[in-house]
Amino acid sequence: MTDLRRTPLYDLHTELGARMVPFAGYEMPVQYPLGVMKEHLHTRAAAGLFDVSHMGQVIVRASGYEAAALAMEALVPASIAGLGEMRQRYGFFTNNAGGISDDLMLANRGDHLFVVVNAACREADIAHMRAGLAGCEIDEITDRALLALQGPQAEAVLEALVPGAAAMRFMDVAILGSDWGELWLSRSGYTGEDGYEISVPDAQAEALARRLLADDRVEAIGLGARDSLRLEGGLCLYGNDIDATTTPVEAALDWAIQKIRRRGGVREGGFPGAEIILDQLENGTARRRVGLRPDGRAPMREGTPLFASAAGGDPVGQVTSGGFGPSVGGPVAMGYVGADHAAPGTALFGEVRGKRLPVTVSELPFVAANFKR
Amino acid sequence: MKYTEEHEWLLVEGDVVVVGITAHAAEQLGDVVFVELPEAGTEVAKDDEIVVIESVKAASDILAPLDGEIVEVNAALADNPGLVNEDPTGDAWFFKMKPSDLAPMEEYMDEAAYNDFIS
Repeated sequence: MTDLRRTPLYDLHTELGARMVPFAGYEMPVQYPLGVMKEHLHTRAAAGLFDVSHMGQVIVRASGYEAAALAMEALVPASIAGLGEMRQRYGFFTNNAGGISDDLMLANRGDHLFVVVNAACREADIAHMRAGLAGCEIDEITDRALLALQGPQAEAVLEALVPGAAAMRFMDVAILGSDWGELWLSRSGYTGEDGYEISVPDAQAEALARRLLADDRVEAIGLGARDSLRLEGGLCLYGNDIDATTTPVEAALDWAIQKIRRRGGVREGGFPGAEIILDQLENGTARRRVGLRPDGRAPMREGTPLFASAAGGDPVGQVTSGGFGPSVGGPVAMGYVGADHAAPGTALFGEVRGKRLPVTVSELPFVAANFKR
Repeated sequence: MKYTEEHEWLLVEGDVVVVGITAHAAEQLGDVVFVELPEAGTEVAKDDEIVVIESVKAASDILAPLDGEIVEVNAALADNPGLVNEDPTGDAWFFKMKPSDLAPMEEYMDEAAYNDFIS
């Protein structure tokens, strides 16, 4: 494991008894002694603290925000120029086939654009931005950790330490002074819960994490529960539910392509694969990402083939993420199925260890989002 | 009680062997959410994969420790798979089997040897 990187919170994780695993080139905590189930339920009930420092933080500058945003729209189908000041939006980089090469968060920070990208894609994303954002300066932030505080108590916990946090709405960003240096906050996360992502100077990260954990309402949460929380929230995991071979429309991420970038919009298209994606928005796709509720207790994991009947026939789809949903109290999954089988309520069969088990196409998310809009 | 390198415990009761997993294994697996058991009456050969344990994150197998016949499975695990975490060496036994030959039991570890094995 010598070539794995460590976040500024590595020592804290091991002190807390975390089980560390290799993840996207980092040694990361997969769970703490509490265990995945209790960590998950604690986050839904109170507040969970996640180390997400492995994700990439990048500042994009041009002659002003609008110039940076318009440049970014050549790579991303979302409306970036239309983002209000100190507001954030979900988006993705696309390739020429209309596939998704990464998903990311983009924030208007007044005079520049701030983006957060996935750890595994960071180097490729930065190279992609350097090549594709003519006239922009791309700065990877390498001296800041990133924490996520998620759950219904996150607001009260953070407001007591960082006044101003509670005034933020879902997808607001703010830059606030604190006892831990300048914090870059966004009211977002990836659990389906209300909460914040907090970019903090490396040198202050452990002190801030310890202060948050000193609050009885906060528990340290690992990647295991992060995965089950985002799955219940119907949120895509890059590399599982979306990748370079899935388009945003197939992935049911239409909502992240604003009208202004679609056919007839003022800033229509102009991003890689636009023809394919804009066509799909109008005419639909042959397959679609859906929620899946196995009828029994057996989880249907990633790769489980899906069939229309209990015996015979070719697969009509495949599970891309699946496991047990602690808040749902049963197995949950997401996957791709042919458009004919994508309507909620459709009865399908997942083949688990050679047996076809019933599963029902269902609405996403499995657990309603708790955002402060 | 005897122990296998696959972290099963084996308890001889007359001509029947009760099989479960150790506390160490249960802890490594994390929260168990589903257990798929064989049917009573199934003939098994040593190292057949006969039980699937699904934890929150992954699936793992239990192998038949001996040749023989499954004579009883623990139905309580179907309704309450979490029993595996709560009482791995007691109420959360997985199956009872009648081995065709008990002699291979001698080759499995005793408690001291198992504790060395996992330390």
